[in-house]
Amino acid sequence: MLQARIRKAFAARAESAGFSLDVELRAAAGVTVLFGPSGAGKTMVLDSIAGFVRPDEGRILLDDAILFDGPAQVHLNPQQRNCGYVFQNYALFPHMTLRQNLQFAAERRPRLERHRRVNEMLDRFHLAEAAARRPHEVSGGQRQRCSIARALIGEPKLLLLDEPAQGLDAPLRSELYQTLREVRSAFGTPVLLVTHDLDECFELGEEMIVLQEGRIVQTGSPREILDRPANLDVARLLGSFNLLSGEIRTLDPGRNSSRLRIGEFEIDGPYFPGRLKGDRVTVCVRPEQLAAFPRNGRPSPNQVPVALERVVEKPQYVRLEFTGGIAVNLPRAEYERQRETAEWVVQFPASGIRAL
Amino acid sequence: MAIDWFPLWLSLRVAVISTLIALAGGLWIAYILANRDFRGKSVADAAVTLPLVLPPTVLGYYLLVLLGRSSPLGKLWEKVFGSPLVFTWKAAVVAALFHSLPLLVKSSRAAFESIDRSFERAARTLGASEWKLFWRVTLPLARRSILAAAALAFARSLGEFGATLMIAGNIPGRTQTVAVAIYDALEYGNSTLALVLVLVISAIALAILTLTTRLEEH
Repeated sequence: MLQARIRKAFAARAESAGFSLDVELRAAAGVTVLFGPSGAGKTMVLDSIAGFVRPDEGRILLDDAILFDGPAQVHLNPQQRNCGYVFQNYALFPHMTLRQNLQFAAERRPRLERHRRVNEMLDRFHLAEAAARRPHEVSGGQRQRCSIARALIGEPKLLLLDEPAQGLDAPLRSELYQTLREVRSAFGTPVLLVTHDLDECFELGEEMIVLQEGRIVQTGSPREILDRPANLDVARLLGSFNLLSGEIRTLDPGRNSSRLRIGEFEIDGPYFPGRLKGDRVTVCVRPEQLAAFPRNGRPSPNQVPVALERVVEKPQYVRLEFTGGIAVNLPRAEYERQRETAEWVVQFPASGIRAL
Repeated sequence: MAIDWFPLWLSLRVAVISTLIALAGGLWIAYILANRDFRGKSVADAAVTLPLVLPPTVLGYYLLVLLGRSSPLGKLWEKVFGSPLVFTWKAAVVAALFHSLPLLVKSSRAAFESIDRSFERAARTLGASEWKLFWRVTLPLARRSILAAAALAFARSLGEFGATLMIAGNIPGRTQTVAVAIYDALEYGNSTLALVLVLVISAIALAILTLTTRLEEH
């Protein structure tokens, strides 16, 4: 279990604006994903935990070991921290074979164990055939598995991964996810993974930490965060939301309902605790929560008449973009049936709408 | 005409020894300059580079003052080894060393700095001591550039003239290196000897340059 409170400030310079990191996080067994846009400070967090960067203040605890303690002037060097680190470029030593790379890492284990341990890892990560080759002579997948095996061979207390799927093609990416799922079930080492890819959070993460501009803006399971983004920034970061500006017309806590005005239309929504009548809010709803179909007479409650502006073909679905900035995702087949439609209505759900 | 090959052998011996010493000392200086931040780093860097830009006679003058028989260092040497340092072939090694060290430090530092930092970081997270990191990761990765730098340092040592003349002198059969011998031969009208030595030295230099280019290409 990792518990970290990290503060670090960088003064503004001519070539760069100032930046300050101030986070408090924990990572238990399983995969914790550190999610955020580039420049949010994700790698800085990882480097502080690994010991490459010294925070200004804070405290980093890994199980019962103190890795860093600002007031007590404790700052262990990376060698003493027992954190496995998988680098974006894998950082396999190019002048050593895959086996030698593992042996290098196994040297901190008792002499008698080393050989067996190296063979065990080569087998487990399907590297036995490539063991005698150097990193540039093996496939991308083998390099990837070798770098994970090398990080794990010393039985670290924590595994850190810095954007491991960055720049990988789709097959290699799913191979990586498979490997990491195996690691999760076989090793029980807590994993802290940095990414700016939402799919990756869902593939791997039990716990997700959203980082923005050096601050943690939300934590929770990926599902929770996608269903209930804490604020507009998080919703924007996650992408793909319909973010519509609106106004609260009525609020009824007794019937758990409200009326919202969006553009020229009004729809029913749930009760929004902590909001007042007349508040201007951003209505946040995911494209797959909406339905779109041909207009048929008078719109029913919560249906909004709209005009189609653009159709975007996606691999798994079709995205319809309507007036007023409303987007709806439809399955292909359903869109094909209705593609001649001239006048559309969009159906809002009564629950599941968020006001941010 | 019998050609006296002694100056050539002496020069080769001086160059080999000074290159080895430059490697042993220069690699550490380069490693520290590449990896550590300390106060006065730029001054240290300039001081190491200085012999590269100073006239050889100025360097010779400094060495003479520093190592001469009346200087503290010169006296210490005489006490320990029983004979003076200046005007022996060992003084030629010192002159060659000061001329080749800057080259070696500059090139190896560049070689160390061009290594991707993630290799060193990876080694550290894998528990490697700084010592193990240097010998097993950094040095092997910089190997080619360092060998190329050593070859250049060797060639530079082989041709050292000014400072050698000043602190080792021109004693035929004892301290006369090949560069000094060529000058001497021309002065005394022995142009055949000069030509032979010039051709041999040029051939060696050419071979070394070819070797360094090959090393750096890979």
